[in-house]
Amino acid sequence: MGLLSDPVRRRALARLVLRLNAPLCVLSYVAGIAWFLALVFPPLTQRTYMSENAMGSTMVEEQFAGGDRARAFARDFAAHRKKSGALPVAWLERTMRSVGLEVYTQSFSRKLPFPDETHERYMVSGTNVYGILRAPRAASTESLVLTVPCGSDSTNSQAVGLLLALAAHFRGQIYWAKDIVFLVTEHDLLGTEAWLEAYHDVNVTGMQSSPLQGRAGAIQAAVALELSSDVVTSLDVAVEGLNGQLPNLDLLNLFQTFCQKGGLLCTLQGKGLQTLLLMVLRQASGRPHGSHGLFLRYRVEALTLRGINSFRQYKYDLVAVGKALEGMFRKLNHLLERLHQSFFLYLLPGLSRFVSIGLYMPAVGFLLLVLGLKALELWMQLHEAGMGLEEPGGAPGPSVPLPPSQGVGLASLVAPLLISQAMGLALYVLPVLGQHVATQHFPVAEAEAVVLTLLAIYAAGLALPHNTHRPLSYRVVSTQAPDRGWMALKLVALIYLALQLGCIALTNFSLGFLLATTMVPTAALAKPHGPRTLYAALLVLTSPAATLLGSLFLWRELQEAPLSLAEGWQLFLAALAQGVLEHHTYGALLFPLLSLGLYPCWLLFWNVLFWK
Amino acid sequence: MAAAMPLALLVLLLLGPGGWCLAEPPRDSLREELVITPLPSGDVAATFQFRTRWDSELQREGVSHYRLFPKALGQLISKYSLRELHLSFTQGFWRTRYWGPPFLQAPSVWINLGRSSVMSSQGSSAPLSTSSTPPTQSLPLPPSNPWVWPMTLTTTFCAMLCCRGRWSAPKTSPPGRSSCPVVPRASLISFHLLQAGLSVLLKADRLFHTSYHSQAVHIRPVCRNARCTSISWELRQTLSVVFDAFITGQGKKDWSLFRMFSRTLTEPCPLASESRVYVDITTYNQDNETLEVHPPPTTTYQDVILGTRKTYAIYDLLDTAMINNSRNLNIQLKWKRPPENEAPPVPFLHAQRYVSGYGLQKGELSTLLYNTHPYRAFPVLLLDTVPWYLRLYVHTLTITSKGKENKPSYIHYQPAQDRLQPHLLEMLIQLPANSVTKVSIQFERALLKWTEYTPDPNHGFYVSPSVLSALVPSMVAAKPVDWEESPLFNSLFPVSDGSNYFVRLYTEPLLVNLPTPDFSMPYNVICLTCTVVAVCYGSFYNLLTRTFHIEEPRTGGLAKRLANLIRRARGVPPL
Repeated sequence: MGLLSDPVRRRALARLVLRLNAPLCVLSYVAGIAWFLALVFPPLTQRTYMSENAMGSTMVEEQFAGGDRARAFARDFAAHRKKSGALPVAWLERTMRSVGLEVYTQSFSRKLPFPDETHERYMVSGTNVYGILRAPRAASTESLVLTVPCGSDSTNSQAVGLLLALAAHFRGQIYWAKDIVFLVTEHDLLGTEAWLEAYHDVNVTGMQSSPLQGRAGAIQAAVALELSSDVVTSLDVAVEGLNGQLPNLDLLNLFQTFCQKGGLLCTLQGKGLQTLLLMVLRQASGRPHGSHGLFLRYRVEALTLRGINSFRQYKYDLVAVGKALEGMFRKLNHLLERLHQSFFLYLLPGLSRFVSIGLYMPAVGFLLLVLGLKALELWMQLHEAGMGLEEPGGAPGPSVPLPPSQGVGLASLVAPLLISQAMGLALYVLPVLGQHVATQHFPVAEAEAVVLTLLAIYAAGLALPHNTHRPLSYRVVSTQAPDRGWMALKLVALIYLALQLGCIALTNFSLGFLLATTMVPTAALAKPHGPRTLYAALLVLTSPAATLLGSLFLWRELQEAPLSLAEGWQLFLAALAQGVLEHHTYGALLFPLLSLGLYPCWLLFWNVLFWK
Repeated sequence: MAAAMPLALLVLLLLGPGGWCLAEPPRDSLREELVITPLPSGDVAATFQFRTRWDSELQREGVSHYRLFPKALGQLISKYSLRELHLSFTQGFWRTRYWGPPFLQAPSVWINLGRSSVMSSQGSSAPLSTSSTPPTQSLPLPPSNPWVWPMTLTTTFCAMLCCRGRWSAPKTSPPGRSSCPVVPRASLISFHLLQAGLSVLLKADRLFHTSYHSQAVHIRPVCRNARCTSISWELRQTLSVVFDAFITGQGKKDWSLFRMFSRTLTEPCPLASESRVYVDITTYNQDNETLEVHPPPTTTYQDVILGTRKTYAIYDLLDTAMINNSRNLNIQLKWKRPPENEAPPVPFLHAQRYVSGYGLQKGELSTLLYNTHPYRAFPVLLLDTVPWYLRLYVHTLTITSKGKENKPSYIHYQPAQDRLQPHLLEMLIQLPANSVTKVSIQFERALLKWTEYTPDPNHGFYVSPSVLSALVPSMVAAKPVDWEESPLFNSLFPVSDGSNYFVRLYTEPLLVNLPTPDFSMPYNVICLTCTVVAVCYGSFYNLLTRTFHIEEPRTGGLAKRLANLIRRARGVPPL
């Protein structure tokens, strides 16, 4: 509608944007942050409510009374486990068969790209055991999953005990309409990933596993259970899955209703803003917080229940937990359709309150507006500079001026863009590929080698584009407009950053918001004039790696276990290694996103800062 | 009593009070039998069969007098010149791997219709051969309209049979035969039942607490005598149930009629010419018998059933001594040694089917065919009907056995037509001995029109089971038996020759999620479209009707603007 708008008025608007750019940017940024902080308070949070009709009431009578049985199973399991040193597969098979399940095992093996020092594993091989309760008079088209991940240490045996006791109880009932799979996986999430990949007959992560003998149709929902004591003071629920995916809110509501019905104390960590920030940090990390997180990729709604045993007086035994689970499974059994009624994108400032996507997106929108405003300002400055060259004060018409100078400006951008992207690619590929070379030449272990190479390439990126753009830019920059080069580069970088952050925020709001909070102000500030050292320091402090480090400190601060600097650094190195590993083992996208997307983009700003 | 029974079976046993002509021998007869088979997994299967045979050529003679044969079905046969009808309603899934091959397997709903105008009279004695003889001439019959059969059957059986699109015929079956192999989801409404003889045991609340429940009607012509000069019509009504050892037996694996059905047998059916109970007492282990039956059977019957030698104890209800002793018959099975918790023996042929992949765009249908025979390979005919909204990519069809490509000796593929007919894929595959063969084909999920979604679209859409037909090599050679004299469970599908036996298996039905819109979306789309149209129209109209003139650059401050405003209000040209 360019014809219709009044060119004079448009120019006035442009002048307004140019003149008030800095205050508008500040205002927008502050508004974004304030909006986010306000998400904790009632007008923006709503009470959760059950949307799914089939799970509307909690009118099921829980009859589970197998507390003693669960404890006995747990004791046996722990004993057998200690004796064999691994998952007691034969015992599990026998026990599951004796409670009347169809039992299958699945063996898997995986060689990690480099040794995992946090979990102390490299060549992993294990066996998953699962039993299927076949629903009577149903044709195995749908199923529910109850899973217990078993790590290398002998925790979680109470969860196995409860799983077996529940299986025995469920087997005696005639109301099941969906098959129920009771799954015990070895090696935590690796086992779960192997089982899920085999169940869906795909190979996403290069896992080697034996094919599954028994299947139970489309999985509708899954619950993962982690318990390591006979009594619990509360049940903690984890919802954040791989790449920040969340289960349907109704599943959480279901859990909460049964907690209320049974008088169980159910929690999310923290209180108010603390909870919200913790959730944002957990979701932003993109790692599965519990084995439920891997189910979400296959569109199976899932959550993890974690038994917490603290010093609180009032404790619940396994019967209470079992009853809550029984209630949940009976309700899920009633489902006619997949869970789809409620929200898939939400934030939780508490277990009974949520913020829906419509209300939290403005926060990140305001932050991205800063980039937009800055880009607009640059575009206009470039435009005016071009107009000034061709015909000063001439007739307005956007397509007439500066075809030659614009072409030159774009050509000068190719080199920095390519170089920074190449750095990103090197950051993504080299650490894992070059670990053997590194271990041959330096006295480090493989895991260390990967992390140090990562940091080295990251730091090298700061030097490289800065040195190489100079000969190119000397050649192209015209004397009349010395600023055109960096302005064009910054314009491209701003748009690139805004696009990336926008896309990230759509799929994983927390990550997008976190990165926007840190990267946006310095991205807006970066220019080759003024206090360059200050800008450089700020830019380094807000780089993706520094954001990660900062998040770690914030995370521990929120958990009320503050870190010292040295600890923080160690944790940072471990987190880097975990990030790379999770990309290779589960297909987490944070590492490629940072190395191939945001790091090159950030390098462009670094380039702008040191433009000559 | 009968009115109080809500049991969903056998409306057909309601007998008309027709004349009982004693002068000539009755041209129709009824046999009933119950087979109780302890399954390898510890569960117990009970199979009822009621067979009515009528020596009458329904299609030729204008028959109006019905006695034992139900009139509704008889009229159906004569009106549509029906050649065969097989219809079964099943809840549950026969788990071949754990329960062994079934006597009568059926998927959830299975309808099979054969029709011809003139019965060929030179049919041989094998009952299946009548249906495989090509019709000599076919009449223009109403089933060219795809809804006639479902509607007719729906009214007769009080069941909902909705088949999307046209029914299709596999190429291996003769022409003139329409079949809808499986309707994956159908609901059955209600039936009534006469209570006498074996059907006393059919008590609804027990039958619906089983883990498998299948009822079927089979109508077909059979030869009246050995030379097959004329035909008779046979109606079999069957009911198979599997009782769950865990739920019904509270963990104990001892069974009795009372425990299974909460009834005992008191009298034979007065109309039946034969009324028997067979109990499978085959000893699986050679050392000593593990199963004990009480009361001890008077006679036993030995034969080769489904490739293995079996022994059955026979209780004849027409034998007056059997009932009169204690006024009722409560057959009990006791395990002398409880069966161990070990994996049960696996049948030679079983199969598994699943959808692989994730996401809502693509997927893969995989069927695993297991041949566990140690040294014999055998061919299997695999029939797949896949709804059109899964768009199959036939070039991705791969069949692998033992890591090598397995080339099927015969493939027939009939592509789907959108909204009209499903894909039909038939293959004859040789299964190597002791192997797993994987048949997989990729598909893309189609977007349906938004009115084509079911009321519960997020439940997913069913894909019917694959049908496997095979001649499985026997362990023991079977000798041909006199078909009319042998027990009913042995004579529904005959053994083709001594060394093989025929098995038809159905895999699991599948549930596939299609990309489903949010159904509040149309409203949003309407709102959005209206807004866009309004904005575009408004500005376009503006553009067309506005006149343009060059405006001098504005000079002067606030005072002049105010003055102009006032002038404009007064209608005087501005300064």
